[in-house]
Amino acid sequence: MSEIIKTENLTYAYHDENGNEKYALNGVDLSIKRGEFVAVLGHNGSGKSTLAGHFNAIRLPSGGKVYIDMMDTSDESKIYDIRCTCAMVFQNPDNQIVATVVEEDVAFALENMGVPPEEIRRRVDDALKAVGMYEYRGHAPHKLSGGQKQRVAIAGVIAMMPRCIVFDEPTAMLDPAGRKEVMRVICELNKHFGITVILITHHMDEAIKADRVVVMHKGKVIMDGTPKQIFTNVDELKKASLTVPQTIEVLYELNNKSNANLKIDAMTVCECADILQSYLK
Amino acid sequence: MLKDITLGQFFPGNSIVHRTDPRVKIVLVIAMIVSLLLASGVFSYALMAIYLFVIIAVSKVHLKMVVRGLKPIVMIVVITAILNIFYTAGDVIWQWGFLHITKQGIYAAIEMVVRIMLLIIGTSMLTYTTSPIDLTEGLERLMSPLKKIHVPVHELAMVMSIALRFIPTLIEETEKIISAQKARGADFETGSILRRAKAMVPILVPLFISSIRRAEELATAMECRLYRGDVGRTRMKQLKICSADYISMTVSVIVFAGTIILGSFGL
Repeated sequence: MSEIIKTENLTYAYHDENGNEKYALNGVDLSIKRGEFVAVLGHNGSGKSTLAGHFNAIRLPSGGKVYIDMMDTSDESKIYDIRCTCAMVFQNPDNQIVATVVEEDVAFALENMGVPPEEIRRRVDDALKAVGMYEYRGHAPHKLSGGQKQRVAIAGVIAMMPRCIVFDEPTAMLDPAGRKEVMRVICELNKHFGITVILITHHMDEAIKADRVVVMHKGKVIMDGTPKQIFTNVDELKKASLTVPQTIEVLYELNNKSNANLKIDAMTVCECADILQSYLK
Repeated sequence: MLKDITLGQFFPGNSIVHRTDPRVKIVLVIAMIVSLLLASGVFSYALMAIYLFVIIAVSKVHLKMVVRGLKPIVMIVVITAILNIFYTAGDVIWQWGFLHITKQGIYAAIEMVVRIMLLIIGTSMLTYTTSPIDLTEGLERLMSPLKKIHVPVHELAMVMSIALRFIPTLIEETEKIISAQKARGADFETGSILRRAKAMVPILVPLFISSIRRAEELATAMECRLYRGDVGRTRMKQLKICSADYISMTVSVIVFAGTIILGSFGL
């Protein structure tokens, strides 16, 4: 079986302050293959973070099923295996670092797993090197920048050697430099280490880097395809109150204002410039 | 401004005192307190004082810092000295009304002052040379036999280390909130004490709310990283007794034994 994550008609209900039942997720069918890099896009309140919580058994479905590597998340005896298979990195790096020293924090999950000390040492060093934070191993986390802290949090998760990592808006609280660092690490994890990556985000330029983009709106998956397929469908995206990458927006608006009839599938600034150049000629 | 406060007054270094295992240091400090209480007579105190000064010299902790550590207890020392001088019975050398000073009183006062000062210097050397993390870890390991009688040793150590981890974060947060409230025209500097205390409310309420939110997120993140208490937990860093520990132990035990023996003869 090549799917690492599979949801079947997943629903998640909660009660709002008036006691009315609301659905954060309303029938999500999704399957994610091993080694894929999937970006989940959605406006605030689209249910994307709720969905992420289900992949790690932090949240359990109100209806439907979630399978992580064929394990049902509602099976309590499997919960530790599920969390070992599919780890999670959260938005705020400050609130997920437990220890007072960088390397101690990276070791935290391994200590909980009962890994022998020598192996912890080795895996901690490897994880820190993978995110480029090895020379900071003895530092106190509060002295690091946001991007560095988030990389430490990522190292803490990859030391567990999960097959899949869910990133829940990992760059939302970072400055542009920190975002770049973290995105580079995420892409590397997927390309070099073959880890399945699920990136929850609302930054279009981050979603572009993925192999596949899933768009959520009002608790449902409304679009699912390659970045090109998704972002060229500007009208549909706008309906989900999402913006499109600027490179596409320029070409799209040009098409609207004139009858230039340009190709609008420019994923990078270079591609966009090429299209504009050939049009101007 | 708030950032400048030091945690547990740790003074980093790489001396033999610093390298000594935290467990050994904690046990030695307890032994030191016991032998100080058993000491009596000039030589036993002198031996202890020399021992502590050697530790200060070896650890390269500034004498100024040690003296500063004594400041908070000056009042206690003074009061103890006065009480001892006036309330010890014996040969009267000076009298005024109901007040009288005795020879024994002066000796007792000097002894108490020296004893308290040595006690404080000795215990603060532990916190000066051991980082709060090591201290927590040392305490956890030392108290681990108490787990058998269901004392939540691991949990307490975890709480302590998380508190240490979040102190700088919360200080930063407090500074942000103070700036935010100042920008909204809050006044923390003028008015009576009561008014200034009331002005703290708009700082404390957001701080509490955000701390609770942080705690919740941290708990989720810890669960995600498979935390389930002490069950089947291993540690990356194993504390090992090494040569530095043997040296510290030998020297200290000799000094403590000497102090107690001298003390028992009243020297």
